[in-house]
Amino acid sequence: MNFTRGFRSRGPRDPRLPPGQYDVGSDWPVLTAETTPLVPTENWTFSVQGLVEQPSMWSWDEIKALPDSTYSGDIHCVTTWSKLGIAFRGVSVDILLSAARPLASASHVLATSHTGYTTNLPLSDVTGGRAWVVWEYEGQPLEREHGGPARLLVPHLYFWKSAKWVSGLQVLDHDEPGFWERNGYDDRGDPWLEQRYQGD
Amino acid sequence: MTTEAIPGSSSAIRVIDQPAPVPRPGKWQKAAVVEIRAETSTAKTFRLRLGGAPDYLPGQHFILRLTAPDGYTASRSYSVASAPDGSNDIELTVERLAGGEVSTFLHDEVVPGDELEVRGPIGGWFVWRGDTPALLVGGGSGLVPLMAMLRLARRTGRSDLVHLVVSVRGPDDLYYAAELSGPQTDVLYTRHVPEGWTRPPSRLRVEDLPSSMAPTTTAYVCGSSSFSDAATDAILGAGVPEDRIRVERFGPTG
Repeated sequence: MNFTRGFRSRGPRDPRLPPGQYDVGSDWPVLTAETTPLVPTENWTFSVQGLVEQPSMWSWDEIKALPDSTYSGDIHCVTTWSKLGIAFRGVSVDILLSAARPLASASHVLATSHTGYTTNLPLSDVTGGRAWVVWEYEGQPLEREHGGPARLLVPHLYFWKSAKWVSGLQVLDHDEPGFWERNGYDDRGDPWLEQRYQGD
Repeated sequence: MTTEAIPGSSSAIRVIDQPAPVPRPGKWQKAAVVEIRAETSTAKTFRLRLGGAPDYLPGQHFILRLTAPDGYTASRSYSVASAPDGSNDIELTVERLAGGEVSTFLHDEVVPGDELEVRGPIGGWFVWRGDTPALLVGGGSGLVPLMAMLRLARRTGRSDLVHLVVSVRGPDDLYYAAELSGPQTDVLYTRHVPEGWTRPPSRLRVEDLPSSMAPTTTAYVCGSSSFSDAATDAILGAGVPEDRIRVERFGPTG
């Protein structure tokens, strides 16, 4: 192994940190590729379309009336920071998909944002209690710069998969690379396998 | 500096272009420190020599990794400050952040002759290929990737394509000061101005941007989140459409 002259670890590593990640503490860096959009809740909708029996759309009031749940845990950004022990509240993607009923051929989703951003995910990564549409962070409304009024949350994958200003899921029978995935980032993005870039 | 590399879970991409191919990261490679220069009292540039000539575009970044004898590693991503010139070298400028595990080590321990590890280049959106009009707007250490663009333009004799506006608190906070003169560059001070400076200290305003720009100009904004929002508003005010503005925000990375 090549080690760096003079560099020492700062005590035991937090087991919640995937390889190559560090604990950013109370900061929450904001990373977006363009301008921060204003998406008023009056105009906000979330839809599930594509290969489903019942294409579905929820308004802000409708989605907030669904049974909510909380994710408590960690998030991991591909740029090497992680935030540990935080909580989001929203609705499980399972509930949204069960209303739309994906066809048997469905294998992937393309998450879309009110801004045009897209990111692709296997259906198995957004089902089974592992993905949410969230509108609350640590008990407060999700800030606009972090994707408010609502964003996708898929915390077991790198955080670019958790589309800000989320507008819906397009259910597909194949994988279709989204914005960052076409720009060299991995199609799956598992932080524990360090799937950062295409080919990792 | 610590631009945090690119993907924030999302972005406001009004027009999604199929991006042209960009240089992709290879494997981890050794990088010998050949020179260290102070840019300001808190920023140093590290010139790193790789095993071969790196293929990269201005705006891309590299991940730098430190490894302890027990196998522990710490990694951070840093924008490249240099422009590709056919040599085996890249330059990374690193702001020293108090308590920052990697930046304090780089500043306080690393000397020429040391060997680090890097992987890159990374990023395919915030890149300039050197052949289109570009407005470069940076705040503080957000200057770093824009400097790579300016350096490429100068090296290839295409300075006419770029205009750089950098905003810093005061003269002591300005990186690469010796290179920031001439018609392609404007320096704005938000707190302290040099003696004899006519523009009073102020944040970036629309009047600080060029009054006429080619319609095909792409704006590249790099800085803190609040700087990026203010700069974006000014650039929109100067007539650059939203879908021609690319933003790289960064937060603290130690």
